Amino acid sequence: MTYYFDHNATTPLSAAVLTCVSRVLRECYGNPSSIHSAGQAARQEVELARGHVACLLNAHPSEIVFTSGGTESDNLAVLGAVRLGGAAGKHVVTTAIEHPAVLGACAQVVREGAEVTYLEVGGAGVVNPDAVQRALRPSTMLISVMHANNETGAIQPVAHISEIARTAGVLFHSDGVQAVGRLAANVQALGVDLYSLSAHKLNAPKGAGALFVRKGVKLQALQFGGRHERERRAGTENVPGIAALGCTADQLQQHRAVESQRLAGLRDRLESSILRRVPGVRTNSAGAQRLANTSSLQFDGIQGEALVIALDLAGFAVSSGAACSSGAVEPSHVLLAMGLTRTEARASIRFSLGQGNDEIQVDALADAVVASVARLRKLSPVYEHA
Amino acid sequence: MRELKPDAFIAVAMSGGVDSSTVAAMLKRDGFRLAGMTMQLWNQRRLPELMPESPTGRCCSLDDVYDARAVAGMFGIPYYVVNFEKAFEESVVKPFIDEYLAGRTPIPCTLCNNHVKFDRFLEMAEGVGADYIATGHYARVGYNDASGRWELRRGVDQGKDQTYFLWGLLQQQLARTLFPLGEMRKPDVRLLAEELGVPTASKHDSQEICFVPNGDYAAFIEAYFAEQGREFAVPRGEVVDEAGHALAAHAGVHHFTVGQRKGLGFAAGEPLYVIGTNAATQQVVVGRGEQLQRASLRAAHVNWVSIAAIHDERPAQVKIRNRHAAADASLRPTADPSIVEVVFAQPQRAVTPGQAAVFYDGDVVLGGGWIE
Repeated sequence: MTYYFDHNATTPLSAAVLTCVSRVLRECYGNPSSIHSAGQAARQEVELARGHVACLLNAHPSEIVFTSGGTESDNLAVLGAVRLGGAAGKHVVTTAIEHPAVLGACAQVVREGAEVTYLEVGGAGVVNPDAVQRALRPSTMLISVMHANNETGAIQPVAHISEIARTAGVLFHSDGVQAVGRLAANVQALGVDLYSLSAHKLNAPKGAGALFVRKGVKLQALQFGGRHERERRAGTENVPGIAALGCTADQLQQHRAVESQRLAGLRDRLESSILRRVPGVRTNSAGAQRLANTSSLQFDGIQGEALVIALDLAGFAVSSGAACSSGAVEPSHVLLAMGLTRTEARASIRFSLGQGNDEIQVDALADAVVASVARLRKLSPVYEHA
Repeated sequence: MRELKPDAFIAVAMSGGVDSSTVAAMLKRDGFRLAGMTMQLWNQRRLPELMPESPTGRCCSLDDVYDARAVAGMFGIPYYVVNFEKAFEESVVKPFIDEYLAGRTPIPCTLCNNHVKFDRFLEMAEGVGADYIATGHYARVGYNDASGRWELRRGVDQGKDQTYFLWGLLQQQLARTLFPLGEMRKPDVRLLAEELGVPTASKHDSQEICFVPNGDYAAFIEAYFAEQGREFAVPRGEVVDEAGHALAAHAGVHHFTVGQRKGLGFAAGEPLYVIGTNAATQQVVVGRGEQLQRASLRAAHVNWVSIAAIHDERPAQVKIRNRHAAADASLRPTADPSIVEVVFAQPQRAVTPGQAAVFYDGDVVLGGGWIE
C-alpha cells in the first residue's frame, strides 16, 4: 500500500476520467478528420473537450491547441513565437526557475540566434515584476514566466507581468502546468497570450496537453504534416487523451475551489505536524503565496535522496530535486536559483497533495517523516545533535 | 554466508553486471527484504573529448543503470539510483590524480571501497533502514569468536578474489557487509544466474579504472584539468639511467609507472624498464629488468583487518599488486604503528609506490597498507 504524495510529478486517474477514457477507447476509434460517422464521433469528443478546456481557462474554443503535453505546449509557445520570421536578433525574458521544457526551448532559440535573459528570483522563489520591466529591450518579443512553480508551489505575479508585457507590446507566455486545477486559471484575468497545461497533472493520462493561443497570436508550427489544430499542430489527434483532458477540465470547473481548500487544510496539517515535531526544518518559499497542495521542506543534516528512499520503503511516495537521465537525484535548479546552497537544496523534500489524500494519510506521512528523519540524523556526520 | 535473521533487510549494490544481479536474485530467493541500489559515481557526459563513442558500456553508464533496473524489476525488488558523484570525485578521482602527479601509481578501487561503497553507501543503506549491505565481491566475511574480530578471507574462486581491494575495511563495516559470492566459483555463479533467470548475456567484466576511458589515465588527467579551467602546467622531464645520464625527454611523470617497458621514448639495445620516478625533479629512472627487484618495502597507513595490530615480527604472504601471487615475507612493526616494513623471502619485481601491499595468512587478510 502506497500513499501517494507526489502529485506535482503526476497524478492517478480520477474515476470520472477512467470511465471517459475507457468509453472513448472502446467506441470512438475513428479519425477525427474522417468524413464518415466514426470520424464524426471522434471529432465530437475532441471538440467537446476543447469546449471544456476553453471554459476552464475562460478562453474561446478556437484558442485551444491540443498537444502531447506540457513540454510540447511550452516548446510550441517559445519556439513557435520566436521562430516566426526568424529567431536571429530577437530577445526573450524568462526566469531561472522555469521548467526544463521552457529552459530547453530558450537554449534552442539561443542556438538559433536569439538572446535570452534569465531573471533571478528572490529567496522566496518569486520573480520581481520590476526585474521583468528592467530586462526589456527594444528587441524583446516574448516574456515567459510560469504561473506557479512545481518545486516550491510559489505563485508568480503573472497578472502584474502581463500588464508590463501589454504596455511594451511583447508577447507573454505562462507555463500553467502546475497552476491549472490548483488556482483559477482565467487567461483573461491573467492577461496572458500563451498558456500551457498538461493532462497528467490533473488526474488524466500522460500524453495530452493544451496550449492557449490568444486570438491573433501567430506561431510557427513545430511539426509538419496534416492541417490539424488549425495548422498549428500536425498529427492525428490523441482522441482518448484529449477527451480525458476535457473530462477533467469539466470536473475541475465544478470542484476546483472546494478541493483546493481541502488540500490547503491537509497541507497545513502536514507542515504544522512536521514543523512541531522535527527540529531544524524550514519551509522553502515560506514568504511566497503558494499552491495549496505543495510543501517543500528543508531538513537540516539530511540527504533528501535518502529520505525519499526511506519514505518509499515505508510506503510513501514523495520527491526530492530533479531526476537526471540515470534516475539519480541532482539538486533542484529552482532551489539553487533561490539562493539555497547545494547542501540545502539536497536536504529538501517536496510533498505534493492531491485527490486521494486524506487526514489519515497525512498523519501517517508525518509520523513516517519524523521517524525517518530521526534515524537518518543519527547516522549523519554533518548534523549537530541538539 | 553467515546466518542472518529471516526478516533481515538488505541493500544490494547493483552494478548491472551478472555478479551483483545474481546476488540480488539469490537473496530474493532466500526470502529477504531487499532494496537494490546503483551508485551513480561519475557523470559519463563529462570530459566528452575522451570518448569517441557514445557514453555507454562503461561504469555508471545508462546501460548499466537500465540493466540493474531491469533485473530489480524482474525480481520485484525496489530499486534506486543513489548519487555519490561528489563523494567519488573528492575521495577517489582527485586523490587518484594527485597520486599520479606525485609519481605514484594509485588504486582508485580501494579508495572507492573505503570512502564510497563501504562508507557512503553503507551509511545510505543504514539510513533507509537496511541491516546489511550486499555486494558481488568475491571475498568472504566471518566472525572469529576466538579473536573477537570480523575476518576477511579470500573468495573461494582464487582467480576472481577481490580482497586485494578490500584491505581498508573497518570492523564496523565488515559487521554489516555480506559477500554472498565469496563461497562460489565464477562458473557456478553463471550457472546459478541462469537457474534463477538472471540475464547473463554479453556482459563484460568491469574494468579496473571505471572512470578512465580506454585506460588512458594521462589523457584523463589532462582533460580533467582543462574541464576545471585549471592550467595544466605541462611538466617536462628527462628519462635517465641509474647513473643519471639523460636518455630522452618526456611529458611528465604521470605518464609512467614502475615496471613499464613500452613508451619510454627511445630505443635501447636491451629491454629497459621504469624503475622509479621522482615528481620533484620530474626524472624517470630506467634500468635493466633485474634492477626492478626489491627485497623489502614500507607500507604506510596500515589497516589491520582480521587481526589486531602486530607488536612483533610475524610471517605472512604479501601481495603487491592485484595480479601478483602473494610472496612469502616477514612483517616488521616500526616505531610508527601505521607503518610496517615488509621483508620478502625472495626479492620481488616492480614494487610500485601508490599500490597496496596486502598481508595474508593463507586465505585470511591480515591487513594492508600503501606502498611508499
